[in-house]
Amino acid sequence: MMQHLPILQIIVPLLGAPLAALLRGRDLAWGLALLLTGVAFLISVVLFGQQKIAGEALIYELGGWPAPIGIVYVIDAASALVLPVVSGIAFVATIAARRLVEAEIDARDHALFYAAWLLTIAGMLGQVTTGDAFNIFVFLEISSLSAYALVAMGAGRDRRALPAAFNYLILGTVGATFYVIGVGLLYMLTGTLNLMDLSERLADVESTRAVFTALAFIALGLFLKMALFPLHFWLVPAYAHAPSAVSALMAATATKVSVYVLIRLIFGVFGIEFPGLADAVGLLVLTLGIAGAFVGTLAAILETDLKKLFAQSSIAQLGYMAIGIGAMSATGLAAAFIHLFNHALMKGALFLAIGAIAAQAGRASMHTIEGAGRQIPITMTAILVGGLALIGVPLTAGFISKLYLIRALLEQDFWMLAGLTFISSALALAYVWKIIEAAWLKERPEGAPVLTESPVQYVPAWLMVVATIGFGIFSAPLVEAACAAANVFIGGAR
Amino acid sequence: MAVDTLIPALLGLPLLASALVLLLRDKPDLRDGQALLIGVITAACTVRLYASAETDTVHFISLAAGLDISFTPEPLGKLFALVAGVLWPVATLYTIGYMRGAGEANHTRFMFFYAIAIHAAMGIALSGNLLTLFVFYEILTFSTYPLVTHKGTPEAMRAGRIYLGILVASSVVLLLFGVIGVWVLTGTLEFKSGGILAGHIDPFYVPFLLALFAFGIGKAALMPLHRWLPAAMVAPTPVSALLHAVAVVKAGVFTVLKVAVYIFGIDFLRETASSDWLVYVASFSILAASVVAMTKTNLKARLAYSTISQLGYIVLGASLATSLAASGAALHITAHAAGKITLFFCAGAIYVAHHLTDIKDMNGLGRIMPVTYTAFALGALSIIGVPPLAGAWSKIMLMGGALDNGHLLVLAALMISSLLNLVYLGEIVLRGFFAAPTHGLKSEAVQEAPMSMVLPLALTAAMSVALFFAVDYFILDFAKPAGG
Repeated sequence: MMQHLPILQIIVPLLGAPLAALLRGRDLAWGLALLLTGVAFLISVVLFGQQKIAGEALIYELGGWPAPIGIVYVIDAASALVLPVVSGIAFVATIAARRLVEAEIDARDHALFYAAWLLTIAGMLGQVTTGDAFNIFVFLEISSLSAYALVAMGAGRDRRALPAAFNYLILGTVGATFYVIGVGLLYMLTGTLNLMDLSERLADVESTRAVFTALAFIALGLFLKMALFPLHFWLVPAYAHAPSAVSALMAATATKVSVYVLIRLIFGVFGIEFPGLADAVGLLVLTLGIAGAFVGTLAAILETDLKKLFAQSSIAQLGYMAIGIGAMSATGLAAAFIHLFNHALMKGALFLAIGAIAAQAGRASMHTIEGAGRQIPITMTAILVGGLALIGVPLTAGFISKLYLIRALLEQDFWMLAGLTFISSALALAYVWKIIEAAWLKERPEGAPVLTESPVQYVPAWLMVVATIGFGIFSAPLVEAACAAANVFIGGAR
Repeated sequence: MAVDTLIPALLGLPLLASALVLLLRDKPDLRDGQALLIGVITAACTVRLYASAETDTVHFISLAAGLDISFTPEPLGKLFALVAGVLWPVATLYTIGYMRGAGEANHTRFMFFYAIAIHAAMGIALSGNLLTLFVFYEILTFSTYPLVTHKGTPEAMRAGRIYLGILVASSVVLLLFGVIGVWVLTGTLEFKSGGILAGHIDPFYVPFLLALFAFGIGKAALMPLHRWLPAAMVAPTPVSALLHAVAVVKAGVFTVLKVAVYIFGIDFLRETASSDWLVYVASFSILAASVVAMTKTNLKARLAYSTISQLGYIVLGASLATSLAASGAALHITAHAAGKITLFFCAGAIYVAHHLTDIKDMNGLGRIMPVTYTAFALGALSIIGVPPLAGAWSKIMLMGGALDNGHLLVLAALMISSLLNLVYLGEIVLRGFFAAPTHGLKSEAVQEAPMSMVLPLALTAAMSVALFFAVDYFILDFAKPAGG
């Protein structure tokens, strides 16, 4: 049983999906989703422990077929770190989903909602676990297709969810297709799809045009999926008009998984030594990351709808992860992993808290939260702490992210870039300040609907807030795990 | 009590006071009484700590490599803790008189945040590393915001916005970057005598790093980041006293000094000549603020610009990079605290007793409020730097430091500034005692503010005199290692 955990990690939510679709009672479907995401979370924590104790990658051969003939699932320090993020967020989001879904989605669709919900989670967990390039594509499509459906379910409340989902579908499919073209080229050149095998065999065909083309297709496809500037236009409407529970789940996990896949492919397959990779790809990712950090932050400052605001901020935060990757160093990669982890917590907390407001007031905008600081202090404080973490205030997880990101840049003597990164992250103060001002410094307008606290919603949000602060104060284990994850690809992170 | 109990006590007592303020909110006398009592205990603890020779670090939490929340009682920190700790009960007594005399509302909220601010000041004073300092620096900013906006008027809210905006933005944008920079360069953030940067950084970058700190520490109100200080004048006078003398600006210049001495290291700054530019910026700040102060006729506004000018002295002392100047700067923190708190106490007393805020209306007031005006005169003379008052020593030491380093222009700036001080502070005293009374004042009979206000201001004025004679106890020697 224990040795089958890597596959159970995926199978559990995957098989739960059709079951949820069959369950007609909406509480039953939710209960099943809660149970299965809980189990998935438990499995990922155990896997993390197992991997840490083993000190090396755990390889699971599907059906007993050894690589490179069969598909293998790999639990190494990197995937072991990302799995609990995805499954943990999924679990907490599921707790909160019940009330949000009741408020926002037609009762007939609840069972289908939870089916798609479990599918997208299974797809994400699959992408993280698998050690096969084509298998990644399969899971990418599983999670994406169900995600399109989830976003479109926002249409009952907000018709704009339909064009948003359609846009998302088109661009998401383009991204996935680019990826699969790249993988196809690699397969043509090397005759293998196993990631480890690929990286070995690539050495023979290193400097051919076909390999560069494959790299370009794969990188571009994944840039699109991770919403790296300027390929981010699908993200904001998709997050903003999706049902609140879906916004929370996706904002916290979806793009992170693509970041992870990008790291796995770029560093795990091509490798840091790959000719031109460190210079060309590094420079490109770094530039786009910085640009995205500024564009996202500035757009967030101008935004008045809270979901859109934090979606724009996600563009900036993905920019920081890209900067970590673009630094092309072990510390940079560690910084990317740290921020991937921390940002998932912060954004999860923020979107769950905002969802609680949106579910009551119909939408969450600067206007809706005017004076709300006194009416719903618990929920608003969750937003405040999440915001402070985004700025990177010490004793929140965001500070640790910022610290390692700046360190990675300074190690390479990128003083200017470090300064720019810092300035853009400090600019986050502007949009957090707008929220503080609206919620606490303004009076609640006459006739504004009365908002009420609901524990079902602020408890999940606060779970993540506590984690944000917890990992901000006791950050040594996270730093250690992230360094171990980075060391899978480039040695020397500490 | 040993150091390892004194530090938690100093951090905990103000928190205890704030908690009790909330609990006793329905019993005003008990609420204020306990705050006063705890204030006195805190003051006693700071005296005990200042007298002790211990410098052992107390660790609280470790975040990651080189990142701790820890407290180290080094001499400079002990001195600042002493200043804040001793002035707290005095200010509390005054606050009680002022709030009741001026009829301000929300007394409980006020007392609560006042105590939290003292907690933060203690954290800053005793912080063992930059991270700890930064955390308490931010707590201080946020806990004083409700005090600045206490009146709740649109004007107060606007002032609060400027206050929070400048302080938070400068600290999050510049200071935090400096902190992270130091950590990346050295792998530690600990305050060590002699500094930690030497050998870890290309001297070319040192001035830039110093700039991140000099301007990032917005509480030091170095021009052009001084706007928040005059804006915050809308707050009730005890807050101004807290801002100017006890906690906020003192925390700012203390941080500048602490960073210069224990992070950069005085010798390192001098050898690399990295702080020369700051000498001129600080000198400019000193003179420009003095000139602006002369144009203000609102008493509190004039005092605010006087503070900006005086803070420049301390930044100057840090940037002159000699141990004499740094000692002078440390002494000036104490001397200016005693002097400026007296001036603000007097301004508040004048307001409560006669509802006057404009200097032009205060002609002849000295004969009606003799105690207040005598105290004001003493405080003013101390700030101008006339013996036998505390400010004389610190100015002499700063001038000596400027000479040591060959900054003759600075010497000239210091002298001109003293003259300007004499003009704008002397005017108030002279008008009070010698000018013919203006309209509005009904009689020539003595009419002072309530006893709970007059007593504190007399006490702080006496401190300015006492400091002159007891100055030996307050001169820190940065030439020898801390604790040695």
